[in-house]
Amino acid sequence: MTDTCDVLIVGVGGQGVILASNVLGEACLAQGRPVKAAETHGMAQRGGSVECHVRIGGTLGPLIPPGGAGVILAFDLLEALRYRHYLAPKGRMVVNRQMVVPTSAFMQGLAVPTVEEALGKLQDLDLCPLDADALALEAGSPLTQNIVMVGAASPHIPLSAEALKAAVKRSVPPKTIEMNLKAFQLGRDAAASCR
Amino acid sequence: MERRYSLGNEAIAHAALEAGADLVAGYPGTPSSEVIDILRVQKDRELHVEWSVNEKVAFENALAAAWCGQRALATMKHVGLNVAADPLMTSAYTGVTGGFVIMSADDPFAHSSQNEQDSRCYAKFAQLPCLDPASVQEAHDMLIDAFALSESLGIPVIFRPTTRICHSRSDVTFGPVSSDHRKGEFRRDPRQYVVIPAHTRILHRKLDEKQPLVVKAIADRGYNRAEIRGKTAVVAGGIAAAYVQEYLPPSVSFVKIGAYPIDPSWLKDVIRKHDRVLVFEEGDPIIEEQVLQVAGTVPVRGKKTGSVPLEGEFSPAVVASILAKEGLIPQDAVPVPGKSVPDLPPRPPILCAGCMHRATFHAMKRVFRDGIFPSDIGCYTLGLQLGAVDTTICMGASLTVGSGISHSGEPRDVVCTIGDSTFLHTGIPGLMNAVYNGARMTVVILDNRITAMTGHQPNPGTGETATGEPSPPVSLEAICRACGVTFVETISPHDLPTMLDVMKRAKATDGVKVIIARQTCVITARKAGIRRGVYAVDPEVCTGCETCVKFGCPAIEFRDEKAVITGLCSGCGICAQICPSGAIGKEVKR
Repeated sequence: MTDTCDVLIVGVGGQGVILASNVLGEACLAQGRPVKAAETHGMAQRGGSVECHVRIGGTLGPLIPPGGAGVILAFDLLEALRYRHYLAPKGRMVVNRQMVVPTSAFMQGLAVPTVEEALGKLQDLDLCPLDADALALEAGSPLTQNIVMVGAASPHIPLSAEALKAAVKRSVPPKTIEMNLKAFQLGRDAAASCR
Repeated sequence: MERRYSLGNEAIAHAALEAGADLVAGYPGTPSSEVIDILRVQKDRELHVEWSVNEKVAFENALAAAWCGQRALATMKHVGLNVAADPLMTSAYTGVTGGFVIMSADDPFAHSSQNEQDSRCYAKFAQLPCLDPASVQEAHDMLIDAFALSESLGIPVIFRPTTRICHSRSDVTFGPVSSDHRKGEFRRDPRQYVVIPAHTRILHRKLDEKQPLVVKAIADRGYNRAEIRGKTAVVAGGIAAAYVQEYLPPSVSFVKIGAYPIDPSWLKDVIRKHDRVLVFEEGDPIIEEQVLQVAGTVPVRGKKTGSVPLEGEFSPAVVASILAKEGLIPQDAVPVPGKSVPDLPPRPPILCAGCMHRATFHAMKRVFRDGIFPSDIGCYTLGLQLGAVDTTICMGASLTVGSGISHSGEPRDVVCTIGDSTFLHTGIPGLMNAVYNGARMTVVILDNRITAMTGHQPNPGTGETATGEPSPPVSLEAICRACGVTFVETISPHDLPTMLDVMKRAKATDGVKVIIARQTCVITARKAGIRRGVYAVDPEVCTGCETCVKFGCPAIEFRDEKAVITGLCSGCGICAQICPSGAIGKEVKR
């Protein structure tokens, strides 16, 4: 684990990708670490593909080069396929084992890979698949799946669990703090069985 | 001093507070909108904040405040500066007494814009200084300084962040918010503020005479600096400077450009110390042209030699590959992309589940089967995917393009679509003109009572100001009638039969017809707690005809040869109205 780490978070608008990246950014601040991040705006309500770049320890530009991400958090399998070329040779991908089929694919009858096919196209990577939706429900709300994902990636991110949890508290609505801390822990525990 | 993890636009907004800005006015436009969106919800606000009707209006409001000695900021996206270009050019002549900063946010790669124009060209055109930050911290610091620069020179200053500044985040150091504000006082001086020919000729000369002072003021600030480290130099402006620094070897000189105009004697001195120069800048080759003017025999590589792309935005990967191609770094220093998966279905942004625009487009296409559909700029431009958008060029142009097509002799029906905010922005003159000059077309105003695409900013139709004070909502019906339209009908897009009927009547009527399709935006409705109930498909009745799937609502999926309505449903009920077998109904609460 190096001191600097480029983390790419991808998903579908509305899944809380930007909030997940804010947790990493706030944790950097708490640990006195420089950070740069870039995000896609305006997709939250419109279901588009969303990518957030977070460069822990970054002092220059906010964008991660393809092949440079130490960790990818993919909230959706189709987005995992779309962005897998960003992963560094020794990087790890944490992926939610589910797929939102794009509406345009239904409308135009485009071929969409199944969950199993998609996982198959990721098998050559250091992959940690988990059912973030189910864990989020267990934590108390499907909306916490973004924090489940952050928890699952946390062992591979050079930030302390304490700093990340404090950042979760700062970043989520006050009423949902307990639920989100539980989601973080459930994700972290689930990822422990990955290896 | 406070350390925060901040969005670029949040840092810019805070910088305006630190600078003690007295008036901030703008029109929403990605990537600039969050600056005012943050300021307008500040508690204990000591400044006037407004969403103006368009960028020209915002610009002139801010300019006048600066004429009264206040610190004023006008915010807009790059193409907004086209709308404000008229006052921009002459405001350089009149100058200002207070600090006046124009934030024009550029969008290389046109992430959410109609073009990739470069605001630095306007700075050169108007002979105004331009600050071009390379990071969020620099954007913050430069904006504060921009007010001081404007005051010391007595002219407006253009501040040009790009998408990757506005919409990136970083650890940033904020200073304290200033409580030092200025009360406006207009000092009558016709020779400065009344630009009749006799005055303006003198003002032009004064602006020209000021230019050496501008060059010196920029040079003194140190935004442009050089680290001489070898016989090859890389010159980079804006965020490209950050990308270059990731890869530049210590033996290559680094010249960072962050402000314009660049002092030509300094630049000449720097460039002539080298055998070879490579220039990186997003947008137009503005630095490159100036380098070429002073380079003498030193070879200059950049956009003009085809070494650096003319279009799009840069990234570390793009910059690294160019540096390798130019022999400045070894090929193995360029990051190698991992394996990618070809032919994935795309995931473009689409209209929300239950969006009123989808229903309106559906009705339009049914009634005007071979119609021509000029459209405009807003969420509804996404109607392209539904085959309901034939043209989009700039704000307000649906109506003018529509009347132009009608006058061209094209016999098919012309049906324009324009949002409420865009209609108020620059649509009204086009409507007035169409009526005045006898165009034949139908205008559908998509009135969701909010400026939705840019993040739900209120407009004069909403009934409240940017800061939440109640305001009289303008009547679109009255405006249209005042423009001379006699066919003005208001309908709800959730009532499909009525909408179809009104459109058929419009089709049968000559002249300019206006249909106001009014329904609250689904997002604002949800935030306001409006719940309409959800719909469900009866699988026993569904024939799998896919009529509802082709409607394109993200809440409708197709599985095992049957339509399924998901949790995204917001209850507009249009799918139930279009299902030919009556398989869709309101879900009964269990």
